[in-house]
Amino acid sequence: MSASIFDLEREGLDAVESRLHISRREFLQFCATVAATLGLPAGAEAAVAEAVESAKRPSVIWLHFQECTGCSESLLRAEHPTLEKLILDVISLDYHETLMVAAGHQAEAARKAAMAANKGKYVLVIEGAIPTRENGIYCKVGGQTAIELTKECAADAAAVIAIGSCASWGGMPSTVPSIDGADSSPTGSAGVAQILGKPVVTIPGCPPNPYNFLATVVHFLTFGSLPAVDKLGRPLFAYGRLIHENCERRAHFDAGRFAMQFGDEGHRKGYCLYKLGCKGPETYANCPSIGFGDAGENNWPVGCGHPCIGCTEQGIGFTKPIHGMAKMLNVAPPLQYPRIDETIGKGSNFASAAALAAIAGAAAGGAAMLARNLGLSHQAAEQEKSKDAQPKAEA
Amino acid sequence: MSAQLHHHAKPAPVGGPLVNAVTLTAGVLVLVMAVILLVRFVFGLGSVTDMNDGYPWGIWIVIDVMVGSAFACGGFSVAMLVYIFNKGEYHPLVRPALLASLFGYTLAGVGVVFDLGRYWNVWNMYWPWSVNLNSVMFEVAICITLYIVVMWIEFSPVVMEKFGLNSLKRKLGKYMFFIIALGTLLPMMHQSSLGTMWVVLGEQVHPLWQTPMVPLLFLLTAIIMGYAVVLFESCVASSAYRRSIEMHLLTPMAKVMLGVLAAYLVVRVGDLVMRGAFGTAFSLSLETFMFWLEMACFVAPFFIIGTEVQRRNPARLFIGGILLMLAGSILRINGYLIGYNTGGGYQYFPSVTEIMVTVGMFAVEVLGYIIITRRFPVLPRESAHA
Repeated sequence: MSASIFDLEREGLDAVESRLHISRREFLQFCATVAATLGLPAGAEAAVAEAVESAKRPSVIWLHFQECTGCSESLLRAEHPTLEKLILDVISLDYHETLMVAAGHQAEAARKAAMAANKGKYVLVIEGAIPTRENGIYCKVGGQTAIELTKECAADAAAVIAIGSCASWGGMPSTVPSIDGADSSPTGSAGVAQILGKPVVTIPGCPPNPYNFLATVVHFLTFGSLPAVDKLGRPLFAYGRLIHENCERRAHFDAGRFAMQFGDEGHRKGYCLYKLGCKGPETYANCPSIGFGDAGENNWPVGCGHPCIGCTEQGIGFTKPIHGMAKMLNVAPPLQYPRIDETIGKGSNFASAAALAAIAGAAAGGAAMLARNLGLSHQAAEQEKSKDAQPKAEA
Repeated sequence: MSAQLHHHAKPAPVGGPLVNAVTLTAGVLVLVMAVILLVRFVFGLGSVTDMNDGYPWGIWIVIDVMVGSAFACGGFSVAMLVYIFNKGEYHPLVRPALLASLFGYTLAGVGVVFDLGRYWNVWNMYWPWSVNLNSVMFEVAICITLYIVVMWIEFSPVVMEKFGLNSLKRKLGKYMFFIIALGTLLPMMHQSSLGTMWVVLGEQVHPLWQTPMVPLLFLLTAIIMGYAVVLFESCVASSAYRRSIEMHLLTPMAKVMLGVLAAYLVVRVGDLVMRGAFGTAFSLSLETFMFWLEMACFVAPFFIIGTEVQRRNPARLFIGGILLMLAGSILRINGYLIGYNTGGGYQYFPSVTEIMVTVGMFAVEVLGYIIITRRFPVLPRESAHA
């Protein structure tokens, strides 16, 4: 940690420049981005840079089961020019069914060799749900079921990361209307944790943000451990807050300005999408903070005008209707906070005007009665006086 | 002091039951207010009031505080008459007037807190490191607070008499001249400052009311309203408790009041003419209607209690008093609400809940006045034959 990111003369930096074919500037930008995504304190980017430079690339075994490869695609197709280089350089991707050149028994041999060579040190990444019905026969690779492969590879792994919603809890494949009264998919798709019977780090999302995965791996690389996670195994740096909390449209929500249908005036003005079914209020993810696809600010579903579908949240993504209303987990700001759309006053209404009139009437009536009584007693007193005065005058 | 040279009936508790139709009604109104205030303190001002950015104060400030504290000037006006102008014959009026003032001011002080959006910060007002010596609001706040304390000290002999703390009362009596002097100085300061606040508002206040003379107008009307309240209060108390009215005091006091009123009208009209604002009073609008209503209420008493014979009639004194209380109130409401316009389409009308809190505040005063006059020596002892 003593290293400074501004120490540009060190050897490692030159080495990384030639090895990755990227400028030092780009490399350091990447390290700073990852450190910031992780929410690490200032100075950590130097540690990240040092860890990445030293190129103790951890062996990564990447298994694919019931999935669409969207998670891998999101990593590779990122617009950031050197991201795919970094992915493949920061880690030693020893087994990845869609990316590796090898095929058939050769591929399986590569996996077994990597597992043996890096026993207890490699990182296992699982993409896709694992079918459990009929002993998991619905997904087989090299003659082994997904269940067998998962258990075999996880046994000697230093860390297990479930990438994407499918691997996290079953995701889309697990979400179908109940069959035979049982609320599960035809193949009984499950997440990695269910198969292993212990919690694993999950990076849910459909697809997840590549930076959340990279930051998790770099954290492992830099500190030798996986980042802190919530009770669902999601790293807190990425899934610690509701989308609703950091959403750039939040002010519209607080002010009660909503898009009511696609293309209406509110939608075009960028109002809150809550009433179009946005699941931001019940979904934990950092999408509004870091955006998506390296294409700049506001490039994420809600930023583009589509309600969040809650893809990182079991029981919401793929389960709730996309345009169904979200449940508010932590609601509107307290009433004590100043409002954004200040009312300009309602003027009088019948009730308040009537109340004022009634009070004025009662007061006037009471005063009139009192004045009348005072007048009468005064009159009586005057008469009394004049009566008293008359006899005296006569006398 | 000459007050002691005059022979007066000593004050005594009125006695009688505390539970009757009036106290029960007032109690219910106070309860309603308490419920509304609970909502207000938990959920904020917006939950019960119709105030907004254009009208950051409503009737809680203008009526409960501005008008309420002016009504509470009875104590100050009478004390000034008795102690400054050495008219000891008015002494029996001091205690009841002081009691009404005590309530009026204490409730005005409390009423300010109702209206503070972030009331939990109120202690900053008295925290030496937080004070803003350039603020009119600060002057008003500190002066009213001090005056409330001063009035409680002025009133404390009543409590001491009730509980037989005569030696303490004697000791306090030695320093009372200072407290009383302070008690006449402070209202002069803050009653005029309450007017200064609308000078600060600049062009947002209609030219019929926006004048650098406002502090003087407020001070004069506060004194007038003080006497008017004493007239009102004496008439109501005598009627409600079936006592004789202190006509021998009220009649000459009404004359003093008319003198101040005449001075006020000279300043008021003179100022309007000098500023060239009088012309604006002849267009047709709510503001001009309220202006003429205000002026009518100020002028009418000359026709109702203008002559000595008229002033001997308690019914006329009562109506004259009410008209002047109304006049001063309308002046304050006009400047602070009706003739006050921040633009931008903002409008204000008190909500039912706001009205009920103001009603509740007056109910507290009525309830407190009844309880204290029935149990503590405030009103002069009624002689058997009267």
